[in-house]
Amino acid sequence: MVPHNLYSPSPSDTLIRVEHLTVGFDQEIVLQDISFEVQRGEVLVILGGSGCGKSTLLKNMIGLYQPRQGRILIDGDDIVRAQGLTRKAILRKIGVMFQSGALFGSMSLRENVRLALEEYTNLPRDAADLIVSMKLYQVGLHGYGSKMPAELSGGMQKRAAIARAMVMDPQILFLDEPSAGLDPITAGDLDELILSLSQNLAMTFVIVTHELPSVFAVADRVIMLDKHLKKIVATGNPWELRQNTDHPLVYQFFHRNEGISHKKRRTPVNPLPL
Amino acid sequence: MADRDKQPATVGSKTESDGCLILIYSGRLDCLTTGAIWRKTSHLLHRQPKRLVVDAAEVSYCDGSGIALFFSLRLRGLRNQFPVDIQNLRPEMVSLLERFQADTFDLRPPAPPPQTNVPTEVGHWAWHVWQDIFEQVAFIGELASWMFKTLIRPVGLRWNDFFLMVERTGANAIGIIALLGFLFGLILAFSGAISMQKFGVEVYVADLTAIALIRVLGPFLTAIIMAGRTGSSYAAELGTMKINNEIDALATMGLDPVRFLVLPRVLATTLVTPLLAVLANLSGLVGAAVVFLWMGFPLVTFTTHVQRVITIQILASGLVKAVVFGLLVGAVGCLRGLQTELGPSAVGISTTRAVVSGIVLIVVTEGIFSVIYYYLGI
Repeated sequence: MVPHNLYSPSPSDTLIRVEHLTVGFDQEIVLQDISFEVQRGEVLVILGGSGCGKSTLLKNMIGLYQPRQGRILIDGDDIVRAQGLTRKAILRKIGVMFQSGALFGSMSLRENVRLALEEYTNLPRDAADLIVSMKLYQVGLHGYGSKMPAELSGGMQKRAAIARAMVMDPQILFLDEPSAGLDPITAGDLDELILSLSQNLAMTFVIVTHELPSVFAVADRVIMLDKHLKKIVATGNPWELRQNTDHPLVYQFFHRNEGISHKKRRTPVNPLPL
Repeated sequence: MADRDKQPATVGSKTESDGCLILIYSGRLDCLTTGAIWRKTSHLLHRQPKRLVVDAAEVSYCDGSGIALFFSLRLRGLRNQFPVDIQNLRPEMVSLLERFQADTFDLRPPAPPPQTNVPTEVGHWAWHVWQDIFEQVAFIGELASWMFKTLIRPVGLRWNDFFLMVERTGANAIGIIALLGFLFGLILAFSGAISMQKFGVEVYVADLTAIALIRVLGPFLTAIIMAGRTGSSYAAELGTMKINNEIDALATMGLDPVRFLVLPRVLATTLVTPLLAVLANLSGLVGAAVVFLWMGFPLVTFTTHVQRVITIQILASGLVKAVVFGLLVGAVGCLRGLQTELGPSAVGISTTRAVVSGIVLIVVTEGIFSVIYYYLGI
């Protein structure tokens, strides 16, 4: 799926460039010498089994972790080495939704979402309020603005975190497991929102997810990480990868339910005779 | 990105003869530029038009803030009953704007919190106090029941946890108790010596310090330190476990949180507090001895005076109090932890309540013991 967005990005319109990145903790290497690019307006999904380093890679890309080696260029600036104002300028180009939501528990949803607008823009109060209402409306939380995070379910907290991440309409949105814990209808609405923002605002998405329906709905491209090789083992359009892969891990990932025969599936239990 | 995408945002206006106001927007309307344009727009709309036309042909880029600006014009038209026509907006932006329907968009402010008054507040407060007393009584009953069961069947106690708690609350507190006890004895003896010197009876500083420390201040100081150090730690630990649903997990596994979590902690504190009180007493006496030596008296005079005034009864009276203090500090710390509610400040509130309740209980118990010892002639 090629994004038809506002700027019609050319193949050279690279927004994120990861070069020879090696990441790890203490003695353990998690990912070794990986390189890839993300184009402006592209929706890139990072896939892989549990513990393969997807979230670690994401946290390196947003500058929370320092990699062992390599560079991560965001719109031409290296977030790994950037300091002071340069780093702040890079961080204003990105929005992040963490796996747990990470909402500020002492603030209402409205205050959580409005925080960045108050700190970084000169919007009048009523304008900021309307923008916050619209963002909450987009994630299906209109009318919940005065609630505290602790009063909401996990899925609702996650949606509020997405609203907070996109309130400044950053160039890049990093989403860590956005659909996990959401019902299929809300997850579908979220996919639609991601597509709309990508196509209409040329917003770039880097998403870590396990939800295959979401992957097929939104991803322009996926990269798949392997825990044992510590490398990217496949990259490409998810539909094409599903059809044409000969890599066992990728095949297993995209065809996970096909190995279960009907005979192995549970048969309905007959009710006991009265 | 094309150059026109970088043009600054502007807004101009034109009023037609039929009362129609035309607002002409151009440039890039993003969250950094829209603020100024929003204010100008509000200024241009201070007089209500008969009809509003928005010309967005020159708008090169429009993010959520720009879309919110156009949407606010639609809302304003709907509220003040004048038609709003947004023209020439690029199709990508139209699709973003059309996600929001002005007629169904509820902008009513959230309902204000219910009005309250003094009788209601007093009623709420009394209800909370009653609930708290009820919970404390229930907790004490449950704890006493488990202690009794442990006495009959000691295998039921989680001994590994108990020894871990003894180490954390006792062994790890030796340094701070010894230091504070020493300083406390030093200060007490020094303050006493200055006053007693005026009457030439400074030799009795040893008697004063020994009785004050061993009977009252040693156990009291130890209990206060335990409330700040151990009671708060219990409340924070159990509070975090409650927020993480670990207490619920125990309950669903059929394990009683009081037996599993509270009992080892309370027993450990009850055992350790008198031992630490003895340490505080000894350190305090060392501190007092330093002052005594500084005043020019030999050490043997100090030890003779201490031996003469400190009886087994005084020693035991202090230690009995320390046992009760330990029980109270451990129990109230665990209770406040188990009472933790939801929210990020909940653990902090529980910790504060554990320390405050612990100190209040210690002081009240000290008073009760003073009266009892007075009637017992100790």
